Amino acid sequence: MTKAFNNSLADPSRRTFVRSLAGVAALASLPMPAWAMGKMSKTLTNGMDEVSGPNVHLHIADGMFSTGNRTGHGIGLNGTIPGPLIRLREGTRANLMVHNMLGEDSSVHWHGLLLPFQFDGVPGLSFPGIKPGGNFTAKFDVRQSGTYWYHSHSGLQEQMGHYGPIIIDPEGKDPVEYYREHVILLSEFADMHPHQIMKKLKVAEGYFSQQKTATFDDYDMSAEERLMWGRMRMMPTDIADVSAPTYTYMINGHGPADGLELPFEPGERVRLRFINGSAMTFFNIRIPGLPMTVVQADGQNVQPTEVDEFQIGIAETYDVIVTPKAGTFALAAESMDRSGMAQAALTSESGRRASFPELRDPRLLSMVDMGHGGMTEGGHDGHGGGGHSGHGSMANGKMDHSQMDHSKMNHGAADKPKPAMDHSDHDMGGMRMRDTSLLPASVDVNAGVDMIAMNPQDRMGYPGLGLDNVPHRVLNYKMLRALKPDHNTREPDREMELHLTGNMERYMWSFDGKKFSAVSDSPLRFAYDEKVRVKLVNDTMMAHPIHLHGIFFELVNGAGHAQPKKHTVIVQPGSSATFDATFNEPGDWAFHCHLLYHMHAGMMQTVSVAFPEKADR
Amino acid sequence: MKKRLLIIAAFAMLSSPALAQMDHSQMDHSKMDHGKMDHGKKEQADDTDHSDHADHDMGPKPMPQSPQNQSGPQASGPPNAADAIWGAEAMRASRKALYNEHGKMSLFWFQGDRLEYRAREGEDGYLWDVQGYYGNDTDKFWFKSEGEGSFGEEIEQAEVQALWSRAIGPFFDLQAGVRQDFHGAERTHLVLGAQGVAPYHLEIDVAGFVSNKGDVTARIEGEYDHRLTQKIILQPRAEINLSAQDIPELEIGSGIDSIEAGLRLRYDITPEFGPYIGIEQEWKLAGSRDFAIADGEDPSVTNYVIGVRFWF
Repeated sequence: MTKAFNNSLADPSRRTFVRSLAGVAALASLPMPAWAMGKMSKTLTNGMDEVSGPNVHLHIADGMFSTGNRTGHGIGLNGTIPGPLIRLREGTRANLMVHNMLGEDSSVHWHGLLLPFQFDGVPGLSFPGIKPGGNFTAKFDVRQSGTYWYHSHSGLQEQMGHYGPIIIDPEGKDPVEYYREHVILLSEFADMHPHQIMKKLKVAEGYFSQQKTATFDDYDMSAEERLMWGRMRMMPTDIADVSAPTYTYMINGHGPADGLELPFEPGERVRLRFINGSAMTFFNIRIPGLPMTVVQADGQNVQPTEVDEFQIGIAETYDVIVTPKAGTFALAAESMDRSGMAQAALTSESGRRASFPELRDPRLLSMVDMGHGGMTEGGHDGHGGGGHSGHGSMANGKMDHSQMDHSKMNHGAADKPKPAMDHSDHDMGGMRMRDTSLLPASVDVNAGVDMIAMNPQDRMGYPGLGLDNVPHRVLNYKMLRALKPDHNTREPDREMELHLTGNMERYMWSFDGKKFSAVSDSPLRFAYDEKVRVKLVNDTMMAHPIHLHGIFFELVNGAGHAQPKKHTVIVQPGSSATFDATFNEPGDWAFHCHLLYHMHAGMMQTVSVAFPEKADR
Repeated sequence: MKKRLLIIAAFAMLSSPALAQMDHSQMDHSKMDHGKMDHGKKEQADDTDHSDHADHDMGPKPMPQSPQNQSGPQASGPPNAADAIWGAEAMRASRKALYNEHGKMSLFWFQGDRLEYRAREGEDGYLWDVQGYYGNDTDKFWFKSEGEGSFGEEIEQAEVQALWSRAIGPFFDLQAGVRQDFHGAERTHLVLGAQGVAPYHLEIDVAGFVSNKGDVTARIEGEYDHRLTQKIILQPRAEINLSAQDIPELEIGSGIDSIEAGLRLRYDITPEFGPYIGIEQEWKLAGSRDFAIADGEDPSVTNYVIGVRFWF
């Protein structure tokens, strides 16, 4: 097992690094890695090794993988699922060599890393892909620090285990103090082949849900409400497309039955680096009895915020600090639809089992999630609107309209005030589910668009489904503020609005009604260094984690100059989310929903950033 | 106005060759010293200068107020930055695969909606009602087959439809094609219909038929899967057959030819496979009723059914 203490320690006198990567007892019993013996093993190991930069070798190969009583075909890197932790250091040059031992093309995308686009790892967009038996080296200067991850961008390989964590240690002193760290990589494992999952999603709506409404269910819904959902041809239980029991939720490649332990010494400041490397699952994270101080989001340091629970979207990362006293704590990562849980015991007493909380009752979507914001459901945070701070610092008048409190404004595309709809009319008869006149001309209205948010609200203050009324502190995007408010403070050169569109019944997903296959010749183009305010309007009833490759954007969350930088933003159902992006990384970049099957269905676009050289013509 | 001045200042800076040669791929923009800025106007100009504001077209336009300004600069042609690095030839196949994989998927689906044994007065009977398709999100080849009969007798009805199915809305497909009957006086029909999901998740299949003999008929089918639990499904189903004219050789009278109403209780062992029991009532009406009575048949038949629904 490779250790990288010297390489990564900024201040060795103050820290003791004990990295538990594989956890369980597997740490000691890790065999000689199969890939190092020259012949690929046919069994993939749970948990991960560590490899340190600058020169890193990754071998992609398939094999059988088991957790609990589930065994299936998987794809691992260097013989494990997840793949090894890649440890890099800011200010060095990375040489990441990928060897494809599969019988099909593969790739590795370095999620959240700033690098020349040709090394970004999206076949057909940034490079030709890696042929069977072939290899590829990504060479780039490491110019950032934080928690990131990597995964396949070929087909549906990511679902089968082709992912792993990346930690980049900062060049100077880390503003986050800690004595121990654990990577918490969340994912799922299914023994059903991802192509089968995709087909079932396409041909049978709600196939994987065991929580659909029924005559004999426990949902607190009136007959009237049930009829209303039926009339809309929508299901209020459409929260996760794929869920347990098809999935076993895992932390670091271990399902709940594996009894993963994450050790600590009492009183230590422990840094937990959460990475949601799942294909389809939003997780709600809590450690009952142990407050978590969020210090980083998507690899970017944020002002410390103490919470008791937070939701992590697919592809997001959060670093939190916990300081547990002696004992055993249950780290519970409950899937948003509450069908299952990934579990690990954070313990100072090896061998003690943690007592994990029961799964909470499943929640239902509301009319706000259908884009009828402000009409029902008083409980949501994002609406009542506290004023945004940071207005005062916006010197330029042109900026102000877009910085204003979205929660109080009607930012619907047509910008029509709808006073008559507010609060009074609960009857669906007065609502229109698919009023195409609300859409900008850029949206193609077709069979792939089954709903249009009538009154989409900015829900930066919404903590995620089911967390808006829990009796403890929960993170939301408005609480994220950059640790160093040193971002580009230029005003945006222009604004654009993109609609997230879909059809649950047909399982079609797209941007602006146009699947990726339909816009191959018309990418979203940006001038070099252009700063654009992008408003994402979610015309569907699912939350979408939208990821931009190669460029960090700032959430327009009311934090003014402290707008947090992120690579992935959750756009809540029937709602909008806005970010500012400065397109200062030239080349073609992928932009997509990080729900794997949504992307595969077409919810993807190319962001094409012009090269600065073009100015010389 | 102030913004325009800033941009003009930025353009003046652009003439500096040193700036033009900056290697942006190696630059860490996020590390630039915005921290020192107090967000005043002078510093904004500096910032623009640093970043080599490349796009002349973008220049002095005021920031569009409309959020509908979607078009960026040089808005034409496919993305091709990778061609310059790896070669257009090397990129071609993977690019084609990329687009095809993200939205052009074609699938095959086959459903046996009703495969059942029908107990009734007189000879018991059987029925099949299957359909399937191959195609993508918007265009599919759709086939259907239905048939029924009594054991020990000649088959009463059997047909196959081959249709092109086109998504015309979020919930409905328009279907057009041919239907071939294999019973009685064999007929070939042109078919025009619609199939999809109506409000309340009602599954609807409506079609009109024009036969090679000039007969015009229509069929309306609706069924609804009502979940009692996650696995136990109660399925009401109705079918109405219409005819625009008397068709004596088929013993069909003009108007409402027949109505079927059924109720099936199904246990989905998996979502793909569920056995069921049920009851179905058939009535022949109007002219068809007269034909039946003249034949000595009962125009009203109650079937007790047991069957299976499956798909793959």
